[in-house]
Amino acid sequence: MQDFSIGTAWLHSMFLNVMPEWLAVTIECLLIGVGLMLLYAVLALFYIWFERKVCAAFQCRLGPNRVGPWGLLQSIADMFKILIKELISLNHVDKFLFALAPYLVIIASMLAFAVLPWGNGLQIIDFNVGIFFLLAVSSIGVLGILLAGWSSNNKFTLIGALRSGAQMVSYELSMGLSVITMVALAGTMSVGGIVKAQENLWFIFSGHIPAIIAFVIFLIAGTAETNRGPFDLPEAESELTAGYHTEYSGIHFGFFYLAEYLNLFIVSGVAALLFFGGWMPLHIPGLDAFNHVMDYIPSVVWFVGKAVAISFIIIWFKWTFPRLRIDQLLSLEWKYLLPINLVNLVLMVLVITFRLYIH
Amino acid sequence: MPYEAWKDNEYIESLVKELQDSGTNVIVGTLDNLINWGRSNSIWPLTFATSCCGIEFVSLGAARYDMARFGWEVARASPRQADFMMVAGTIVHRMAPVMRRLYDQLAEPKYVIACGSCAISGGPFKKSYHVAMGIEDIVPVDVFVPGCPPRPEAMIYGIMQLSRKIKVEKFFGGVNRQEKQEEFLKNHPVPGVND
Amino acid sequence: MTPSIGNNITIMADIQGKISKLFPQAVFEEGQTLTVTIPDAQWHELAKTLKEDPELSFDFLVTIVGMDWQEKGMGCVYELTSTRHNTHIAVKVLATGDRNKPFVHSVFDLWAIATVFEREVYDFFGIIFINNPDMRRLFLSIDWKGYPLRKDYDADPKLNPVAPFENERQSDFTDTYVELPDGKIEKRQERVFAEDDFVVNIGPQHPATHGVLRFRTAVDGETIKKIDIYLGYIHRGVEKICESLTYPQTLHFMDRLDYFSGQIYHHGLCMAIEEAAGITISRRAQVIRVLMDELSRIASHCLFIGTYCMDLGATTMLFYTLRVREQILNIFERTCGARMTFNYGCIGGVMQDLDENFVKDVHDLLDVLPKNIAEYNKIFTGNVIAKNRMENVGVLSREDAISWAVSGPSGRASGWACDVRKTDPYSIYGELEFDEVVRHEGDSMARFKVRMDEMEQSARIIAQLIDNIPEGEYCVKVPKVLKLPVGSWFKVVEGCRGAFGVYIESDGTTSPYRLKLAPPCLPLAAVVDHITEGSKIADLITIGGSLDYIVPDIDR
Repeated sequence: MQDFSIGTAWLHSMFLNVMPEWLAVTIECLLIGVGLMLLYAVLALFYIWFERKVCAAFQCRLGPNRVGPWGLLQSIADMFKILIKELISLNHVDKFLFALAPYLVIIASMLAFAVLPWGNGLQIIDFNVGIFFLLAVSSIGVLGILLAGWSSNNKFTLIGALRSGAQMVSYELSMGLSVITMVALAGTMSVGGIVKAQENLWFIFSGHIPAIIAFVIFLIAGTAETNRGPFDLPEAESELTAGYHTEYSGIHFGFFYLAEYLNLFIVSGVAALLFFGGWMPLHIPGLDAFNHVMDYIPSVVWFVGKAVAISFIIIWFKWTFPRLRIDQLLSLEWKYLLPINLVNLVLMVLVITFRLYIH
Repeated sequence: MPYEAWKDNEYIESLVKELQDSGTNVIVGTLDNLINWGRSNSIWPLTFATSCCGIEFVSLGAARYDMARFGWEVARASPRQADFMMVAGTIVHRMAPVMRRLYDQLAEPKYVIACGSCAISGGPFKKSYHVAMGIEDIVPVDVFVPGCPPRPEAMIYGIMQLSRKIKVEKFFGGVNRQEKQEEFLKNHPVPGVND
Repeated sequence: MTPSIGNNITIMADIQGKISKLFPQAVFEEGQTLTVTIPDAQWHELAKTLKEDPELSFDFLVTIVGMDWQEKGMGCVYELTSTRHNTHIAVKVLATGDRNKPFVHSVFDLWAIATVFEREVYDFFGIIFINNPDMRRLFLSIDWKGYPLRKDYDADPKLNPVAPFENERQSDFTDTYVELPDGKIEKRQERVFAEDDFVVNIGPQHPATHGVLRFRTAVDGETIKKIDIYLGYIHRGVEKICESLTYPQTLHFMDRLDYFSGQIYHHGLCMAIEEAAGITISRRAQVIRVLMDELSRIASHCLFIGTYCMDLGATTMLFYTLRVREQILNIFERTCGARMTFNYGCIGGVMQDLDENFVKDVHDLLDVLPKNIAEYNKIFTGNVIAKNRMENVGVLSREDAISWAVSGPSGRASGWACDVRKTDPYSIYGELEFDEVVRHEGDSMARFKVRMDEMEQSARIIAQLIDNIPEGEYCVKVPKVLKLPVGSWFKVVEGCRGAFGVYIESDGTTSPYRLKLAPPCLPLAAVVDHITEGSKIADLITIGGSLDYIVPDIDR
């Protein structure tokens, strides 16, 4: 199994040979920053293309196929266009908050990238409350959406923002509880620790019933957190034109657009981390030869592959189900998901206490 | 698609010729090409339809004509995020200010396609007391697509013509609005917005 | 089901006897339907009798036709139908007052839909309806000069120019004209919304209003308090243009009202003109017309299902339903040469003969249709979210449906058996076997399911006819210059969205003196305020979608 930490350690020692440590760390931070930005853009563009292709397939269409092979350059053309599109400055808006909101949204999703386990040893920061950090930073995004809706001085955006406020705050509970369920099984909040704990078997198998329940709830809550259909009420197109970002144009709108897809990736990545072993290859206890073959597939491929597969499911939701109404959305969370989640947590604790999980 | 297959529009050809005659700086020209490649391949429509032509526009999105192939399927409901406005249907007196406002809300660069004979000239409602005889008096139009309603193929052709038109634009010192907002509002007073 | 002609005459005589006893001033004309002429002073009393007398019970106000009889004054023709006895009557009411200020007493307290119909008449003719709570203009903006359907209307574009740079002015007040005890008319104003209401403007450019309709919606959080509806963003004045065209020329507008029932609307207007001119058309033409009607009904309902699901957020359904619609459009295109505006029906029959592949194409369609309907049900109807979104949302009772004149599939979903093909069979519908789909829940789900089932019934009709298309001429000889005799005719057909009425008044020339189109969609839009009160914003979209109005049909 390749370990990327060897490479990074080598790079670090190379830097130390020619420069003091503070400079080396600064340069490394910059490199990581640039790499992250690039990765961010590439991933978002891939996701936009991916969704358009997937949705076309569901709808018996072809999807983009004229710009580049299989339409691969379509989202790049979109990006070029959106970068140089006019930023309309509006009267009667809170100018500072209006400009701040898209950055808040995009920073929230960028921060979450820091703790995602990209591969063996390929993680920007691995500390003991990693998963907690992830939950914390991902909720900054709500603030951005609320500010966007509020500062636009438009009734549709205001309703969109209020909806998203109610929705995000509610579904964060489910998200947190299902994460706690898995953290209980892993016994650690460190992202690296959670991945290591699944070395023999992924949690979705070893935690069996409670893990599967937690996974389903996480998927629902995650879809709601990312404002995607059937929970796309804050930007319900047929009701609120474009929801909270109705008044945004140019790259500011581009940020919301990118952040939506990045959040989709993050939610799928966290799901992959908690239930499918992060970058850990598929290992089945007892089948050593099989496990060995699996190790040859690079860990990055495992992680990204799992995340994309889970995103596919979430995209599938969007293009199949009709949208919920706001009261149905909230009653689904508070009357169903939350109690089930609490019971599931108790169940998981019982499973752990009596060592009923597969080990 | 080879360019020669499309050499059927004299107006655009003469436009290209005129632009090429004046010559451009290499760097600026390359950048312009890149920007125009992006713009011409990513033209997002505004969801705007008033009557029959709008239904053909829906058909255009459906599997048989599938405008997603060209990347036009990202129909934005908010005018701030759209690139062109397909005026599909009759524009009447009461709708004219609304349409003008939508046009003003589009972010630059913005384009208009007049789709169907009603939008071009009033069409079958030429004798009516409550129909704007063509939208050219209301907004500047880039492409006219005749028909009542135009077939989806005609609409595809129309948007492709728009795409070609965008390709020969100049970003640097060209089409973009040079006026500051205050000047613009002074020259184009909009009642009710000046406060 | 239908009363025989002899029976009809006795019923008409009964009604006539009853009315003449109570209202000696009433003048009767017997024609296709009984027509009563009465001055405005007795009108409200007569209306009350017509509506409330159990033997008459004319509870369905089909339309109000505003009329300008020039030197004979102004007035209205009320077309009434009794849903209980299946009888029809037309009442001509002569307005009091001179041309500058004619007025008629409102009947909004008897038929709820009259509020909107009367507004329309006021807008076009300037006839003021006393006591109507809302006497604003309906289609034209408040500063429009003149009343366009009056014969002396000045159509100079300088008077009413297109003004794209001026925002439309709107009033926050409704006008009401009340009659004081001393006979004077006083104008009163009332606020539309309370001063501290949070009013959201939905439309005219909005993805879910199905065109350019505008709702000013007062909301309390997500809950709707009141809706004020604004029409006229696609009002093209078709009725006025028709007055200057010959009868065959008026036909092509039928494709541009409700562009999904173009074939059916053609059928309606053709029948009215043919009846007036005394033309009988061949059986082949009848069969072709009915086939086309039913095909377009399937296509229309397909699009309804698709766009409705899209409004609810299930976009993918649209693409599945459009697949069937494209197949039907192919069939149309082969015969009519167009995808949407066919202009196929003509006076005396149809424009061209059927395409040679027509029968085969229709068989292909009939083969795939049941599978497709099963697929739609599987994807959407059974979905738990869809059920929650639609069930018990926007419930419309049977009484309200009749009072608001909500006909067609939406009316049948409320338990009102109002299918014109059954109540007054026209063309060859009387000989065909099909069921009238009626449901009793009255909610959005019922409206959705009625249309789903109607597709099957339409397929049944097509299956009966497709192999039995008789030989014969597809269009009979019609005089080149067609003049209708003096008189008036009212014909109703079952459009895809409800009963579509055509009222022709002829003065014996080649063009109609007045051609009134009574679209089914105007009541559908008018009833939205009534059934959305207290529901959520998202429900407004559900309800609006389930009623399935077409805005160019409302506005004409």
